[in-house]
Amino acid sequence: MLNVGRIKEGFVLDHIKAGQCLSLYHMLKLDQRNCTVAMILNVVSKKMGKKDILKVECGVDELNFDVLAFIDHKITVNVIKGEEIIDKMPLELPGEISGIIYCRNPRCITSIEQGLPHIFILADMDEQVYRCKYCEEKHEHR
Amino acid sequence: MRHLMSPLDFSVDELNDLFDLAGDIEYDTAKYADACSGKILATCFYEPSTRTRLSFESAMQRLGGGVLGFADAGSSSAAKGESVADTIRMISCYADICAMRHHKEGAPLVAASNSSIPVINAGDGGHQHPTQTLTDLLTIRSLTGRLQNFTIGLCGDLKFGRTVHSLIYALMRYPGVDFIFISPEELRVPDYIAEGLRKSNIRYEEVIRLDEVMGRLDLLYMTRVQKERFFNEEDYVRLKDFYILDREKMEAAKDEVLILHPLPRVNEIAPEIDNDPRAAYFRQVKYGVYVRMALILSLLEIKV
Ligand SMILES: [Zn+2]
Repeated sequence: MLNVGRIKEGFVLDHIKAGQCLSLYHMLKLDQRNCTVAMILNVVSKKMGKKDILKVECGVDELNFDVLAFIDHKITVNVIKGEEIIDKMPLELPGEISGIIYCRNPRCITSIEQGLPHIFILADMDEQVYRCKYCEEKHEHR
Repeated sequence: MRHLMSPLDFSVDELNDLFDLAGDIEYDTAKYADACSGKILATCFYEPSTRTRLSFESAMQRLGGGVLGFADAGSSSAAKGESVADTIRMISCYADICAMRHHKEGAPLVAASNSSIPVINAGDGGHQHPTQTLTDLLTIRSLTGRLQNFTIGLCGDLKFGRTVHSLIYALMRYPGVDFIFISPEELRVPDYIAEGLRKSNIRYEEVIRLDEVMGRLDLLYMTRVQKERFFNEEDYVRLKDFYILDREKMEAAKDEVLILHPLPRVNEIAPEIDNDPRAAYFRQVKYGVYVRMALILSLLEIKV
């Protein structure tokens, strides 16, 4: 694997779909933090053809895995401690996500109620369907 | 504390208890005349629906309770921009139970999450209208003695009709219910509902003309076909008579068929059949009051 500086403690997110790395960076709100991040784009992969890799130097409890799993639960999460991979974390689709995606249904109460968090509930595990908690509109994005 | 947001919030067993209670209320209404004395129902109607509001108010008053509220958003604090969450916190101080109707989908759920009193969804946009569904189920159960083993025809606008969708989901939980969907091509039942029926191995058919299937129905649920739902005037003119129930179509129907309609009807049921004993849509209104009485008692946990 291509080596762009080792990290002491944090995560190496592998098997990210090529092209998704930057949006992942934003959705994980890494742009609002001070940690060291390395993005490796368009890496040749036997499994995927091309893939992205994201390395993040941070504490083990500092990443939002629900967000990560929601975006793509096939991403491999390698946990790094003392510059070594000490664990691989399986990602499970979160049952509920709050404040990550927004309901676009203009008839939904979220369109007018102030301070109401946009919450989506996993409605169908097999089809990975999320529905707005309030109006049950399907999230169309994936 | 429980709320009612969707007709599926109650299990089949809980619904049976609710309908038993409604049946007893019908049988001996006087027994319940003071059941809610000292209690207040708030009807918070952000969009006008006189029929539903009166049904709730009648239910509470027949239980000996009081009623307060507003009948449209213009006369409420919502017009001044108050959130649903704040409104229900205030209403919780004034009343013991709240029926809320709102043009925005999910508004009653927001209310329920911030409420210290039970909240009943009295219709939220195109989303849910659970007390209509409970009314439909109670009417079927009371007039036929069962909620299973029948063929029900649903006729009219099956695409946008919220009451139809809720009723299908509610009836899917009972054994031996066959569905016949009668609608123009443009207004067929949405794919996700048909898909749900297929996955649950429930029999359904889709037809264009009501007269083709009339003789096979144990129940016929009529809804309005609005002219503006059609793509063009020609189709409307060509098809509209297929979805109007008149004496001629009733001749082909079974002797014991029941005709239901969520009301208000416009022209989809000819007035000439109103006096036919098989026309049950006005009796349905009465069951709407009984089921709301039972619901209020059950959410307030009042036993008589
Ligand atoms: Zn929504």
